[in-house]
Amino acid sequence: MMTTKQRIGRIAAYAAMILVAAVILVPLGWIVVMSISPTVDLTTVPLPWVPSALDFDRYERLLTLAHNSDGEIFLYALRNTCWVAAGTTVIAFLLAIPAAWVFSRMRHVKWLLYLIVGTYMLPPLMFVVPLYRILSSFSLLNSPWALMVADSTIVLPFTTWFLKSGIDNIPVEIEEAGAIDGGKLWRILWSITLPLAKPLIGTTLLFSALIVWDEFLYAILFTSDSRAQTLTVVIANLASGRVSDFGLLAAAGVVAAVPPVLVGLVLQRSIVSGLTSGGVKG
Amino acid sequence: MESRGRLLLLPLLIVLLAVIGWPLLDTFWLSFTDARLGGETGNFIGFDNYLHAFRAPAFRRALFVTVMFTVCTVAAEMLFGLGVGLLLDMNLRGSKFLRGLLIVPWALPTVVNAMCWRVIYNPDFGALDAFLQQIGVIKAYQSWLGDPTTALIAVGAADVWKTFSLVALITLAGLQAVPRELREAAEIDGAGPFARFRAVTLPVILPPLTIACVLRTIEAFKVFDIIWVMTHGGPLDSTKSLSILVYQEAFSFRHAGYGASLAMLSVAVTMMLIGAYSRAVRMQGAVR
Repeated sequence: MMTTKQRIGRIAAYAAMILVAAVILVPLGWIVVMSISPTVDLTTVPLPWVPSALDFDRYERLLTLAHNSDGEIFLYALRNTCWVAAGTTVIAFLLAIPAAWVFSRMRHVKWLLYLIVGTYMLPPLMFVVPLYRILSSFSLLNSPWALMVADSTIVLPFTTWFLKSGIDNIPVEIEEAGAIDGGKLWRILWSITLPLAKPLIGTTLLFSALIVWDEFLYAILFTSDSRAQTLTVVIANLASGRVSDFGLLAAAGVVAAVPPVLVGLVLQRSIVSGLTSGGVKG
Repeated sequence: MESRGRLLLLPLLIVLLAVIGWPLLDTFWLSFTDARLGGETGNFIGFDNYLHAFRAPAFRRALFVTVMFTVCTVAAEMLFGLGVGLLLDMNLRGSKFLRGLLIVPWALPTVVNAMCWRVIYNPDFGALDAFLQQIGVIKAYQSWLGDPTTALIAVGAADVWKTFSLVALITLAGLQAVPRELREAAEIDGAGPFARFRAVTLPVILPPLTIACVLRTIEAFKVFDIIWVMTHGGPLDSTKSLSILVYQEAFSFRHAGYGASLAMLSVAVTMMLIGAYSRAVRMQGAVR
């Protein structure tokens, strides 16, 4: 039986949960409502809150490729973001998987791993001036390639560290069995370790894509037009420009947020372990 | 196997040396020169840039803004995160849903979050002003981001909204490691809720929380995106963090050398934080 005290505690807890949910949902919900409200409603004082009509026009504008339109800028940015995300992830994987395996199996190079993880925590501003000079001397500014190189400074340390702590969980004995059978090292990695690490690799892949999708500093510094500008840059420009239609901003935000939020929900179980215990095991 | 295995490290190391190692050294060197962006390599000028930084009010001001932002947002995140984590651990109906909901602010791109709050804070038609006026808290619309006294708080609030959920999830994961029998035993022994929290719960969640706190501090200290999108460092430099200052010096004013020295100084602070982080990691290792 519950005592009165316990009952009050339970009611308070439910009230607190509703409050937390509201704090998260209300701003998000409002952005969605804005994106489908007629512009007149959004510039009326006092604000009516409930749209007088549903207006999906902005989504259509953003997602239609017409010359010199918001849609053109937005869709090119979307393409660039996907392209940079894919490229950076491929680079990260080619380099980080073998390295992570070495870090996991050979303990005496641990200090090197710490050094790499340490750079992950440095502000990107430490790299930007020289990177800018290097990229400009190769005439790579304003190209997706530049961003792939730059984003690697963030993604590589992360993937190495994350993959390493995952590979730690794959028993070394399985590989040793393969070695006794006379398998070559790369063959053991390819046919024994990699298949076992598939879920881990999938998770890491999604995390890397999230990092690139979120990246902003390198993108504003190293790009200047629709050939390479990513979504974050376009959204920042929209936010500080003289766009009079707040609904368009909201719609752009919604479209840019949907893919990472879906990825986040998929990653739900790994987020905490990925961000804390992975580093703990060293 | 050993020596051949080590070769697998080479590609990564070569690339990291090129994209991280060399730029770091170059930044270090630049900080002692008067190099300008896109121009000559610059002359060696000793510690002039550093002396200039210490003398210039802009650096002290940016350091102050950054420390204020970091301390306040991290404190608020830890507080809300811990509270929400404890709440979720009660396993009430709807906990699963709320747990999923927490992912959304976490996964939202920082720039999108910043833009959304900028629209909500808008001084002419923003939802915050509309809400506060309609419930009678304020009489006239306020410019939250346009007023130097409120701008940093408004940006900080938007940041906390996005980041407290991660702390909540970390707390929750830590709490689930508390053995249920231990809690029940403490309850049977007649320990009150606070005594139980201190004796049973806190020791288990303290190490992951410490790590969360240090990681968040390092992140907050680097803050750039959210401030850039919401205020560009204004009004009257009231939100100009170190990162914004470095960006403006190096890229808007093209003072590559001076910008590099400012970056070096902010790294000195980050280094101290990383030291704190590795100590926290060792602490957690000891508990395990």
